[in-house]
Amino acid sequence: MADEFLVFDHVTKRFGALTAVDDVSFSIKKGEFFSLLGPSGCGKTTLLRMVGGFERPDSGRIYLDGKDITDAPPNMRRVHTVFQNYALFPTMTIWDNIAFSLRLAKKPKAEIEESVDAILEMIRMSDHAWKYPSQLSGGQKQRVAIARALVDRPQVLLLDEPLAALDLKLRQHMLLELDTIHDQVGITFVYVTHDQGEAMSLSDRIAVMNLGKVEQLDTAAKIYEAPRSSFVAAFIGDTNFLVGEIVSTEGDYCTIKVEGLGAVSAYNDRKLDVGRKVHLSVRPEKIRVTLNPPPPEKGAGINIFTAEVTDVIYQGVYTKYWLKSGGRSMSALKPHSRFLLDQESITWKDRVYLWWHPDDGYMVENFSPMDVSLIQDPPAPKESSTP
Amino acid sequence: MTRSGRWAEWGVSLPSFVWLTVFFVVPTLIVLSIAFHAPSSDGGFASGFTMETWKAVVRTPYKEIVWRTIWISAVTTAVCILLSLPCAYSIARMNTRWRAIVAGLIMLPFWTSFIVRVFAWRTLLNPEGFLQHVLIALGLADASVSLNYNSGAILVVSVYSFLPFAIMPIYTAAEKFDFSLMEAARDLGARSFFAFRKIFLPGVKRGVVSAILMVFIPAIGSYVIPDLVGGRDSELIGNKIYQRTFPDRNLPHASALAAVMGFSVLLPLAWVAWMIKRQDAREAKRLAEATARKLSGGAA
Ligand SMILES: Nc1ncnc2c1ncn2[C@@H]1O[C@H](COP(=O)(O)OP(=O)(O)OP(=O)(O)O)[C@@H](O)[C@H]1O
Ligand SMILES: [Mg+2]
Repeated sequence: MADEFLVFDHVTKRFGALTAVDDVSFSIKKGEFFSLLGPSGCGKTTLLRMVGGFERPDSGRIYLDGKDITDAPPNMRRVHTVFQNYALFPTMTIWDNIAFSLRLAKKPKAEIEESVDAILEMIRMSDHAWKYPSQLSGGQKQRVAIARALVDRPQVLLLDEPLAALDLKLRQHMLLELDTIHDQVGITFVYVTHDQGEAMSLSDRIAVMNLGKVEQLDTAAKIYEAPRSSFVAAFIGDTNFLVGEIVSTEGDYCTIKVEGLGAVSAYNDRKLDVGRKVHLSVRPEKIRVTLNPPPPEKGAGINIFTAEVTDVIYQGVYTKYWLKSGGRSMSALKPHSRFLLDQESITWKDRVYLWWHPDDGYMVENFSPMDVSLIQDPPAPKESSTP
Repeated sequence: MTRSGRWAEWGVSLPSFVWLTVFFVVPTLIVLSIAFHAPSSDGGFASGFTMETWKAVVRTPYKEIVWRTIWISAVTTAVCILLSLPCAYSIARMNTRWRAIVAGLIMLPFWTSFIVRVFAWRTLLNPEGFLQHVLIALGLADASVSLNYNSGAILVVSVYSFLPFAIMPIYTAAEKFDFSLMEAARDLGARSFFAFRKIFLPGVKRGVVSAILMVFIPAIGSYVIPDLVGGRDSELIGNKIYQRTFPDRNLPHASALAAVMGFSVLLPLAWVAWMIKRQDAREAKRLAEATARKLSGGAA
């Protein structure tokens, strides 16, 4: 079935006392661009290596296109890997590197030449075919590694942080290129990264991993807008966590009494009852900061609080404000533009209004106090030099 | 290369050049020149040029001995390399602690004198020795078979003696080898042995070449091993040179034999150099062919 092309069925992998991959079950669709996203050491590479055949799960099975591949050796799987360090064969030319898998498969000579020349064309490296890997730049090596893994049309292409060694501009360029290549070849890509930007811009779906488990598997937008756990909310982007108890419900919405802040209105998609303790995640860019109260046409029922600016951090695209309201700190982002009608300059110690729509807060299902440390702390309060 | 670069290269290689000239080339030429003199009765050599020694050398049936020296050395080298490759591979794959332990174990025999170790083999291979008893007990041999004093014994003891000299350079190369290349090869469909042959072997080529030299050169000049475990009809050049030098006191004859021996070392060296050259040439030829193919393809 197309929806269950690559299937992980209760896969667990331990290294001694450490459980690197912990009872993971999910499936990847055929032709999908799928990302594994998570912090360093969460088990992404281990999971990938089990698909490639370089590690064997301690328990659980892996299926590819309906066949159990758990115990198949690497050369018996139609799965290829793009290694982080490229792993191009230094004693072979680029052409021979790319032809490697085709020669192993004993393809006819004419077909090998045709396929290799075609893929060299696709990655725009035809002029470098007779060079050796040491004579290429990082981005070129990367393209060759991808071509080598794609040339015999594997069922799945595994990419383990393929862009980690490249500089920012080249990385952005290669991202576009990867996207194009995926569209051209239509092969299932499994992409490992700890860079949320990469994962979000490329993937059809993302699995966010933490401590060997998959925390959430969704589209980029779902993961960002509706994070199921405090880990996902804090790891992907930035957020504010508001802790409180539901005091009343009104249709799709509810009112939460937040310690140190007051009554906050939020979208109650899980239809939680009064009395439930909840954790609301509000992303900084969803919070508006103004010197004047919001105009009435913005609607009733929006969350409005007054606050004092405790810090202003200019970040280019945005300015980040740290605000203190009722004894608790929150952060908000604001883009710069003359056309923003309320573009007053707000500075340190100003009294401001902060406001956001109830739809812009999301109540996470699982909250762990540990995850709060993933988000940036407010700067330590400064002593004012002048009164 | 720039002019200053060439001078700098000269400057760097000058000391080793001088060293090699003074301590290797000049002595070799002296030894060679002795072969053109007549022997003197006091064990030295007389003045005056003569080709008599060379004629004597050619007349004496050395052919068999030279041939035996070369094949025993070649087989010793081949066996050592074949054993060292998997050895070096597995040591390089161990973790750091085990590597140090195993490398230490390989060097351990060097704490005992070489001659003592060869003597130990002589005892081991003796008709009354341990190995013979084991073989007889297993029904693989009877008392009439002699393990000692033949070419086979020389071969076994040579492999034993020179193996560390083959393992070490290959291991040094393997230690620097990037083993993710093996994974890449497996990933692209290669079986383990194919990856070993096509990826690991070229990757440690330099180590293999120096291992070949490290084993073959001392094997050609081997003297102690054939003297102790070889028999009357398994003498090598080394033994003959000794006999000519000391019991016979015929220095020119010994020098001529040494020259023959030197030649048998140089020959395979030249062969190795030629193989490397030829590989480069093949590469260049392929490149030219491919370019031609591309050009004609582009024109069509
Ligand atoms: N061969 C191994 N032996 C012992 N422990 C291992 C081994 N491989 C991985 N681990 C451990 O398993 C955990 C998961 O490792 P893994 O390489 O899968 O992380 P990752 O998510 O890929 O991290 P990164 O983003 O840093 O690459 C880590 O704690 C790591 O130390
Ligand atoms: Mg990793």
